[in-house]
Amino acid sequence: MNPLNKHDLEIVATKGRLLGLDMVFGCASGHLGGSYSSMDILATLYFNVMRNLNTEDTTANNRDRFVMSKGHCTPGLYPVLAQRGFFLEDALETFRHVDGHMSGHAEMCHVSGVDMSTGSLGQGFSVAVGMAMAGKMSNEDYRVYALLGDGELAEGQIWEACMSASKYKLDNLCAIVDVNGLQIDGKTSDVMPTEPLDKKFEAFGFHVLKIDGHNYDEIEAAFEKAKENKNAPTVILANTVKGKGVSFMEHNPGWHGKPPNEEQYKQAREEILAKLTALEGQNNG
Amino acid sequence: MADKIATRAAYGKALVALGETDDSIVVLDADLSGSTMTKEFGVEYPERFFNMGIAEANMIGVSAGLATCGKKPFANSFAIFSAGRVWEQIRNSVAYPKLNVKIVGSHGGLSVGEDGATHQCIEDFAIMRAIPNMMVLCPCDANEMTQAVKALVDYNGPAYLRLGRLAVESVTDTVEGYQFEIGKGAVLKDGADVTIVAVGLMVQMALKASEILSEEGISARVVDMHTIKPIDGELLAKCAKETGAIVTTEEHNVLGGLGGAVAEYVSENCPVPVVRHGVYDEFGRSGKAESVLHAFGLSPEEIAEKAREAIGKK
Repeated sequence: MNPLNKHDLEIVATKGRLLGLDMVFGCASGHLGGSYSSMDILATLYFNVMRNLNTEDTTANNRDRFVMSKGHCTPGLYPVLAQRGFFLEDALETFRHVDGHMSGHAEMCHVSGVDMSTGSLGQGFSVAVGMAMAGKMSNEDYRVYALLGDGELAEGQIWEACMSASKYKLDNLCAIVDVNGLQIDGKTSDVMPTEPLDKKFEAFGFHVLKIDGHNYDEIEAAFEKAKENKNAPTVILANTVKGKGVSFMEHNPGWHGKPPNEEQYKQAREEILAKLTALEGQNNG
Repeated sequence: MADKIATRAAYGKALVALGETDDSIVVLDADLSGSTMTKEFGVEYPERFFNMGIAEANMIGVSAGLATCGKKPFANSFAIFSAGRVWEQIRNSVAYPKLNVKIVGSHGGLSVGEDGATHQCIEDFAIMRAIPNMMVLCPCDANEMTQAVKALVDYNGPAYLRLGRLAVESVTDTVEGYQFEIGKGAVLKDGADVTIVAVGLMVQMALKASEILSEEGISARVVDMHTIKPIDGELLAKCAKETGAIVTTEEHNVLGGLGGAVAEYVSENCPVPVVRHGVYDEFGRSGKAESVLHAFGLSPEEIAEKAREAIGKK
């Protein structure tokens, strides 16, 4: 598959936000804030960065892998997987429904394209470390990506995983931290400060890159740079806006895990649709 | 009689032997490889041995990741840590996605001895058994352990395996026709008046208890229930019908482990008196392994007493 240009990536991300909104409104539950802050990163990963993805053979051993360590951000991940061709967009309608398999948190046994079941924070990054170790053992050149939340970094297991990633020189591993600064109970800096993240990850032996998590050029360049880093894992600290793309959700911790009411849904949909229409009306490129 | 061998020692040897023909076997430890007996695997196959440091939660997650890539990880520590400390990691990162990770808990039960209550895990059967998709095994001697490890390598799915610290007598290798099979209890001695269902080093004690009872004219059957989950309901039903009373004995809290599993099955399917023997819901304490076991009533004499009690309830 050919990589997308910035304009088309933005269409994927914007459409992803629309699909995510419908998912959460449809079942009256789910996590939009952190899904929206990571949507541009997810679109870039699945369309332009990850190699050997095969929607017909989703467990091919040479594929790049992705672990959504912040496993609640399925309204971000599932719409991108659907657009990438792993399953039909219609399947998203069963999100969080008892008669479907679109589980609230990322689930690998039933949702095509999901490489690891996650949801309990702090655990996914260790799994990504294991995948990267297996790649080294088998001399496979696949890369492993893991998306972490900045609030999630309060979990001690993350730092256990960091020590082991560094010990085994996992240069095939790239973590991305969605630094949106907010978590359920408020500002991460109030709930449990995790900064300074650059110094912490450096001390744990990581190559550290800092980017604007909504700038496609910076996102792609960081993933390219990560591939060149040798003998140590890379972490990309992505500054993002929680709720990005819907005016009243942005920068508001209240939208971590709350579904919109009818009126809010309409407004959010209008905003995203306006953006999408404008994008589709523009010349490609 | 053959020399006594700890099941952890047999486990370590079995891993090395199996590792020779199956290079997908990988072993992880959390700074206890000398005690869990995985050290030798690390010497033989250094590229497939990972010392993850004193960080058990990460060890479980890394094992899950290795399993998604076709490896067969064995994750090792003391039972109190490998089952207890990281229960939720096992539940969510291993059992829920049905990944092929073997969780190994060495030094299970009170026979840890001198280290005392903090390290004497008497809850692992119960907490592992409560997780969907999990299998729970605790072989009683070296022969059984060797066969169990082979069976676990061939089984694709999550499982918990408890090992013992103490050197124990071999009992299964002298039983004619003995063949280890996951989920199938082994009748080590036949009997008609009561069945003693035992696991781990209580199997040896149950055999001794049956000798005590025999002198009193009581014929006790001894079942080695190495697989606690899935429990062998077929065998339990047969024993209930043929002997009319059951005693369970385990180096574990009487709540939720072997006794729990047997009582649940028997009460629902083939009700006969069941008397549970084990640790009666209290913490252990420091001491020589043998003296701690004795102090907590984990002895052939106490098993025999429970058997008389069970027969009295018929």
